[in-house]
Amino acid sequence: MNFSTDFEKYIARLADSNMIMGQRLSELCSKGPYLEQDIAISNIALDYLGQASMLYELLKKAGGDKHSVDDYVFYRNERNYYNLLLVEQDNGHFGKTMAKIFLYSTYQKILYSYLSKSTNDDIKAIALKSIKEVNYHFKHSRAWVLRLGDGTKESKIKIQESIDELWRFTGEIFESDDVENNLISENIITASNTFYPQWSKIVKETLQEALLTEPENVVMLTGGKKGLHTEKLGFMLAEMQYLPRTYPNAKW
Amino acid sequence: MSNNLILWEVFIQSKVNLPYKHVGNVHASDSEMALQNARDLYTRRNEGTSIWVVESKNIIASNPDESEAFFDPANDKIYRHPTFYDLPDGVKHI
Repeated sequence: MNFSTDFEKYIARLADSNMIMGQRLSELCSKGPYLEQDIAISNIALDYLGQASMLYELLKKAGGDKHSVDDYVFYRNERNYYNLLLVEQDNGHFGKTMAKIFLYSTYQKILYSYLSKSTNDDIKAIALKSIKEVNYHFKHSRAWVLRLGDGTKESKIKIQESIDELWRFTGEIFESDDVENNLISENIITASNTFYPQWSKIVKETLQEALLTEPENVVMLTGGKKGLHTEKLGFMLAEMQYLPRTYPNAKW
Repeated sequence: MSNNLILWEVFIQSKVNLPYKHVGNVHASDSEMALQNARDLYTRRNEGTSIWVVESKNIIASNPDESEAFFDPANDKIYRHPTFYDLPDGVKHI
């Protein structure tokens, strides 16, 4: 399944990042540290799946209805998934999960605020709906970064390690390539590299307030937007896709 | 469950101008977390437009041992219900 237009390729990137983010987080359902937080994480996971679902519907429409939403999710392999490397990383401990949501939702806040001004009505509608959810993800995860950073000695070490570990996957978020060029000139999207100053400012301020150190001189990993992934994604897809591939057309 | 968390009572207002109703409680370490947890637990299905949280220890409850003194005296005061008034024929909607 290959995407022929830049529009499809770009939408697939957004959809896949939300899909993988949601799938990863849903692994934590029933495993939260306590009931309230368990529900909070599951709610956020569902928000991501909802956003992915709207974007896959758009992808389906753009592809002339040749494939179903399930086809996109369950019948593409690793090399045809275009999510960011950040979202496929393990949940790890609670601090790492919150750090990941924080880094990702800060980016999504900025992304959707630009997409809500898109000349494409579908994208605009999805962005306007999603931004409310994302604002909450940001608020929730940011509060935890502050709490853990400015918490106990152990919580500070753990959240700092998480930020350090995930930092190498953040550079790729702001890479623009040929896929974006035409869409930018038609004012459908805004270049990913224009998001960086805003993202950096918010993250910097939060880390300072949380008494954490911003990582420096980190070599950034990249490839997700081109279908080149870390070893984490394959295992995840295997688990996620096993059932529909083994029992095609299985129903609930 | 960590014992760093305190218990909060949650009140939800389902629509503007309606009274807040007690819906349950949440664990949280401060008011901001309590509000977020209450939002996540009790407003997932569009139940509310506004939330109050209050630390459970700040709720002053009547004592069950005193329920006789508190509530029994109202038992035989049926005249406190407005059923003894004769309504003029023209009054509607009551």
